[in-house]
Amino acid sequence: MIQVNGDGMEWQDGLTVRGVLVHRNFRFPLLIITVNGELVQPKAYDSTLVPDGAEVQVVHLMSGG
Amino acid sequence: MSQFVFDPTKVMDIDFTKRTEYLEGLEAIKAAHKVLKEISFTPSLPDKGYNHRSLYVNVGTLEVKEKPVTQQMKDVFLGGRGFGLWHLWNAVKPTTRWNDPENEIIICPGPVSGITQYAGTGKSLVVTLSPQTDIPIDSNVGGYFGPLLKFSGFDALEIQGKSECDLIVFIDGQKGIIRIEEAPEEPVDSHVLAEVLTHMYAENDADRVNISVVCTGAAAEHSLIGMLNFSWWDHRRGCIRLKQAGRGGIGTVFRNKRIRAVVCRGPQVKGDLNNVADYETIAKTGIKYHKEIRENDPYQCMMRRNGTAHIVEIMDAYDLLPTHNFQYGSHPDTHKIDSAYWQSRCTQKTVDGCWYGCSMACAKGADGLVVKTGPYKGHTVTVDGPEYENAAGLGSNCGVFDPDYLLELNFYCDTYGICTITYGTLTAFVMECYQRGILNKERTGGLEMTWGNAEDDLEMMHQMARGEGFGIIAGQGVKKMKEIFIKNGWGDPKLINDIGMENKGLEYSQYMSKESLAQQGGYALTNKGPQHDEAWLIFMDMVNKQIPTFEDKAEALYYFPLFRTWFGLNGFCKLPWNDVVPSNNAQQPEAHKIPEHVQNYVDIFTATTGIKIDKDELIHQSAKVYNFQRIFNIRMGKGLRKDDHAPFRALGPVTTEEYLSRQERYDKQIAEEMKLDPTTMSLEEKMAAHRSWRQGRYEQLTDAVYKRRGWTPNGVPTLERLKELGLDAFPEVVDVVKLHL
Repeated sequence: MIQVNGDGMEWQDGLTVRGVLVHRNFRFPLLIITVNGELVQPKAYDSTLVPDGAEVQVVHLMSGG
Repeated sequence: MSQFVFDPTKVMDIDFTKRTEYLEGLEAIKAAHKVLKEISFTPSLPDKGYNHRSLYVNVGTLEVKEKPVTQQMKDVFLGGRGFGLWHLWNAVKPTTRWNDPENEIIICPGPVSGITQYAGTGKSLVVTLSPQTDIPIDSNVGGYFGPLLKFSGFDALEIQGKSECDLIVFIDGQKGIIRIEEAPEEPVDSHVLAEVLTHMYAENDADRVNISVVCTGAAAEHSLIGMLNFSWWDHRRGCIRLKQAGRGGIGTVFRNKRIRAVVCRGPQVKGDLNNVADYETIAKTGIKYHKEIRENDPYQCMMRRNGTAHIVEIMDAYDLLPTHNFQYGSHPDTHKIDSAYWQSRCTQKTVDGCWYGCSMACAKGADGLVVKTGPYKGHTVTVDGPEYENAAGLGSNCGVFDPDYLLELNFYCDTYGICTITYGTLTAFVMECYQRGILNKERTGGLEMTWGNAEDDLEMMHQMARGEGFGIIAGQGVKKMKEIFIKNGWGDPKLINDIGMENKGLEYSQYMSKESLAQQGGYALTNKGPQHDEAWLIFMDMVNKQIPTFEDKAEALYYFPLFRTWFGLNGFCKLPWNDVVPSNNAQQPEAHKIPEHVQNYVDIFTATTGIKIDKDELIHQSAKVYNFQRIFNIRMGKGLRKDDHAPFRALGPVTTEEYLSRQERYDKQIAEEMKLDPTTMSLEEKMAAHRSWRQGRYEQLTDAVYKRRGWTPNGVPTLERLKELGLDAFPEVVDVVKLHL
């Protein structure tokens, strides 16, 4: 199990940051993502593995008109 | 992350220079003009952003005069919306209503407006007493009028009085002439009128870019929701384009004064007309930003390709796209009106924009629309947009997912002079009333206002423009419709009040706030009513969970409304602040505020005016005007806690269908937040529990926000707060506050 923005999410082997985004349907393009407090750059979303028990913070920047 | 990649091969093959022209009869229209007043003035250019004079025109008495912009005005009100509010305060009494002659329309560009080195710097603010809310409304708008007014020599235009004939106010900043002309034969609707007047007042083809027309349309004469169009000449297309000061019925006030148009002919725009204090800093900041846009926008929001419509599918994905009068947050047909479609439908081949030098360039033209209904049936027109608010308001919120009909609704709103946001929300309300039997075909005079019925939706709009039938009732807006429906005994008053999405008399703009307490405050704890330009906090609150406590939310509802107020004091557009971000933004402290861009604004303001500020002083500047506007509301009989209440549809589920659509979420909240057992409760009991809990939380939020803003529990700025802001220098302002302490 991992925490994503404070909500629980099932963990599975090989889960990447991209996988978290897809699972949560986080489609907004302006994101700041940390895994256990470490910043993940957009180019590394596909390659960064999320360990079991991780705290993932996906900060969406402002939007809206 | 997964926004659509632009594919140029999918762009429709439409000739963007082809459209119906309206210039036949121009000479006869011009010949019918009668000069009522003409005076000369000395054109001037600003010094460090200010001309130090404003222009006053009374269309009733035909008085035209210059008024000084004092140091105190600059110190306290800065410009733009601040100047507008100050002029209006001095023009009206607490008893003044929107259609009294002393009500004014004030157009102010702000000290930074008109620079061409940074994105989004051509805005004007328009202020008047609103026919919908009876308090000041402010609306920001692009197009060239504000900067051209400023480069003609004026920091603001105040229009007062009421004419007995239709007239045009012409400001010629090249020749130094102000003329009031009776205009008896002008076309009424904006896409025709702005084209005719641009050709009439330009002295040659090249001069058209120096003309901007402010006008409205037929619906502004028969409704309370009229808006103002501000034009500019698109030399690539060879046509006029329109941007809108939409909210609050400013166009209605304009026509009530019998003004057909205000036309400004400014000097040819060059990059240094603001005579700024430090050109080099502005140029350097602009170059840095343009590079950021060029490199990052294709991988971020794609504003240059999609404009604000890029968030249609985003809002749908996050369950935030208002659907069927804000009942639901997504719809299976959203893909028909998402940015992939608009990419193919908006056919300009070059970068677009509503002011010189804007590299964000979010304006979009949909060309070649052949109109299917109404007085322009068969005409080929160019529609600006749709922007997100139009796609959501005229589209999903009313169940209209046919993009051509959506464009036609957008076109008629613009040319008739109707606010698209307001029209979308009021039509959604009408449709839900129709769904629930509060309205029926008899009560609507034959209109079948079912979800997605775009033809009858358009017919209601045509009725509004003709001043006929149910269109007259709809044109009163949601607040007055609620009163009429209840008075007529057409439905349960509680239900009608719950689902009518207005606060202070203004209709909600197009985001779902039910699941974000902070956004509920972002809409209703506002000065002018529920417009998203004060605070958009849904992601911070609902998705990121960055602001969990009441105090956290109150801090956001302190900072962001003040930060965003500042754009309107200066003539900035908000979009370049947060619709692209620097590559290293994530590494910055308080990254959600986009600190590099905040610093850009600080630098540009200082470099324009020579007045050195920092990011804290920026907030302090705004706080003066924001609190002054709150006190202005109180002076006009509103602006207290009772006026900040929200309809329950904005706070939570009103109907069983809404509850069931999010049952898992709502049941979980009952268990975890309310400490009740949802398995033992009926649906009615669960809905009642939610109502009580959500209304209680909204009141707690209100307490926290008022405290953070330095207001009493009744929402009145304290004398201490006035002193901090220097507003205690105005005895009449202090007197208003003292009455409520």
